[in-house]
Amino acid sequence: MKPAMKIMLNNREETFEAVQMTISELLAAKNFTFKMLVVKVNAELVRRHEYDKKVVNEGDDVMVLHLITGG
Amino acid sequence: MSANLPEQISNYLSRFTVGIAGCGGLGSNCAVALARCGVGKLIIADFDIVTSRNLNRQYYFHDQIGRLKVHALRENILRINPGVTVKAFDMKLCVSDVVELFAGCDVIVEAFDKAEMKHMIIETVHLQLPGKYLVTGIGMAGWGNSDLIHCRNSGKLIVCGDEVSEVSDTLPVLAPRVGVVANMQANEVLSILLKDFKPEAGDVTNH
Repeated sequence: MKPAMKIMLNNREETFEAVQMTISELLAAKNFTFKMLVVKVNAELVRRHEYDKKVVNEGDDVMVLHLITGG
Repeated sequence: MSANLPEQISNYLSRFTVGIAGCGGLGSNCAVALARCGVGKLIIADFDIVTSRNLNRQYYFHDQIGRLKVHALRENILRINPGVTVKAFDMKLCVSDVVELFAGCDVIVEAFDKAEMKHMIIETVHLQLPGKYLVTGIGMAGWGNSDLIHCRNSGKLIVCGDEVSEVSDTLPVLAPRVGVVANMQANEVLSILLKDFKPEAGDVTNH
């Protein structure tokens, strides 16, 4: 069996073929190319300069919020 | 005899302070909803003036064109509920303003127009006001598609909107959809403020 992890991404269960991945890898895998993002892992804010370091593990709850203009 | 339930709720909400960052379509409508329910103090901030183009969605009147939004909104709120204390700040908020103005608030409502400003306040509240509730409005341009509008949270960050409909030349922001999101934000504020609210037992024998 291939290594895999399940996470909650934006309230949906998703499976990835890796036991862990960085935020940058996750965004690339999901093709999230937006510029104006807010990323939270288990309710903790992850800032842009941490995207290459912060690791997502099995069972993590990840929010990727795309900020758009309007209000 | 105990006060009726709406009065009890209003009395209970009078102890709370809510910050409203931006007084456009989201902020003006959200502030009015909260004032109607009886939130005791609203801290409102915006740098803009009312124009005729705002009137398709924002809680202002034709005779307020040209006035500062924060002054016009304070006036409108007080006409609805003179019991609300409104602190109005005519300014474009930066990081230190957000901290200074909203540190004493029970909940902050993000009601900016620009994505960059939404980003700024989300980061600022997480980093400098940790533990503070922030209710954001993201994605409400256009019309129809009511079923796409939703609410979700991560910790004390609450997101209301469809998260996809960005304002553009072909997709304007209009009263119904921005009103739905603004009132959804107000609704989330109430669910935070009322989480420990217990209605007084009614006296059924003595009306």
